[in-house]
Amino acid sequence: MVGKRYEIRLAGQGGQGLILAGLFLAEAAALYEGKYVVQSQSYAPYARGGASASEVVISDEEIDYPRVVKPNLIVALSQEAYDRHFRDLQKNGILIVDSSTVEHVDTSKAYLFETYMVPITEIARQATGKEMTASMVALGAISGLTGLVSGESIMAAIATRAPKGTVEINKRAVQAGIEVGNKLREGIGRE
Amino acid sequence: MAKQRFLQGSEACAEGALAAGARFYAGYPITPSSEIAEILSRRLPQAGGKFIQMEDEMSSLAAVIGASLGGLKAMTATSGPGFSLMQENLGFAAAAEIPCVIVDVQRAGPSTGQPTSPAQGDVMQARWGTHGDHPIIVLSPSSVREFYELTIRAFNLSEKYRSPVVLLADEVVAHMREKVTLPDPGEVEVIDRLEPTVPPEWYFPFDNAMDVPPLVSFGQGYRFHVTGLYHDRSGFPTMRQDEINPWFERVFAKIEHHLNDIVEVQEEMMEDADIALISFGASARSAQSAMRLARAKNLKVGLVKLKTLWPFPEEVVDRVSRKVGRIVVPEMNRGQIRLEVERVAAGRARVLGVNRYDGEMIAPAQIVNAIEE
Repeated sequence: MVGKRYEIRLAGQGGQGLILAGLFLAEAAALYEGKYVVQSQSYAPYARGGASASEVVISDEEIDYPRVVKPNLIVALSQEAYDRHFRDLQKNGILIVDSSTVEHVDTSKAYLFETYMVPITEIARQATGKEMTASMVALGAISGLTGLVSGESIMAAIATRAPKGTVEINKRAVQAGIEVGNKLREGIGRE
Repeated sequence: MAKQRFLQGSEACAEGALAAGARFYAGYPITPSSEIAEILSRRLPQAGGKFIQMEDEMSSLAAVIGASLGGLKAMTATSGPGFSLMQENLGFAAAAEIPCVIVDVQRAGPSTGQPTSPAQGDVMQARWGTHGDHPIIVLSPSSVREFYELTIRAFNLSEKYRSPVVLLADEVVAHMREKVTLPDPGEVEVIDRLEPTVPPEWYFPFDNAMDVPPLVSFGQGYRFHVTGLYHDRSGFPTMRQDEINPWFERVFAKIEHHLNDIVEVQEEMMEDADIALISFGASARSAQSAMRLARAKNLKVGLVKLKTLWPFPEEVVDRVSRKVGRIVVPEMNRGQIRLEVERVAAGRARVLGVNRYDGEMIAPAQIVNAIEE
């Protein structure tokens, strides 16, 4: 379903696990679904706080330019990330906004995108007790909503790539995200 | 059986170093190169090698030079600010002809600049950062796969030509992840330095009779002197013109006589091109994308990717400048390679730069605009 080039940007703050989520997504698509994938990141030079983004380009063909040009999908896990990135989205692109952390959404542009308001951080807190698993919930939501990569592939990537002792907690957060994503797909419908 | 892996550029560099036979790393961590140190601190001891975190970059390269004289293939990795500190010892390695590999993962500069952002501003520093006329080899990878291949090549060239080799990577290539299938260790071509075949009393480590004299490891009963001063064939300081001039001629000749072996470029769609993009490192990816976008608009654009930056691929650029009307040079600096292209093209083709130095990659559209101008 990917076609020539599908671009994803996961954006938020340092410490939200965005780069790890991007890695799981990328590895799932590359090694378990046979796609060409490039994953890259931009982050501030601090361990926590500061703008952070993880970019994943998935394609059926070899990828030349490794960065995202016009994302097909953006996840915004902070107000700053939303403000900074949402305009880059392709027309009719998918915008997943963490309604637990983003208070102000530009409704005047809403018709341009397929926007989903999801309390991602709140779901993470409920599923794992840790807000830092928010990116994993977002990852699950992407899978459940779009089918871009399967839940099985993501779980397989986590099983081999997650830091020691975090496999279960990451899987639990992704599973919660998948369920939300499925609900969004069935409930709201994407045509 | 070689297996597909999803690797970061830094991981590919570390794997390449191990495959090439590197068994010593000394360094001081700095973003965006730290992953190379982190990985090798774990992997080198597993392979029977040594990893040392030094107190700074000056001592790092000094330790690498010492290890190499002791017979180990040795490397360090750093970024702009650390590369500046290594220049003195880089010159020493060039003058004393000691094989070593220095990875510079470029970040935005000058000074501490922007640690986590990409740039390609160290092109001239890699060539001329250390003082005095000296030969040097500089390679630049544009993908995770190439980072692996060129790390091996850096070690091979370094051993073969007894020269420091700078691997000029950038933040994009070091941090991005791509799917690669690495060859089995046995399939990799590994070149080791030539060792003397003569007894100690006949051995001259700086014998000007050959392009690259053999280099013996210390500790094998061969005694010789190593200095940064002008030296005679046994390595002791000299002020005699009849020893200095032949030495100078030889250390440049050892590179210039072997350009076919050292200079590597990759050309794409150049057969019918009337506009050539010349680029390197991460910017070559922007250029490749721009080429495809331009081709879709029926513009005859080709790409020359420079994998060797120094010695500068003069023959290739000369040929290209006689063939096309225009050369566009995208790079994440203010035009360091463009100046070289202009020098070689000597007015035969119009040369235009596409530059960015604010810590972001050059977007393909920016290059297409320059093509359409």
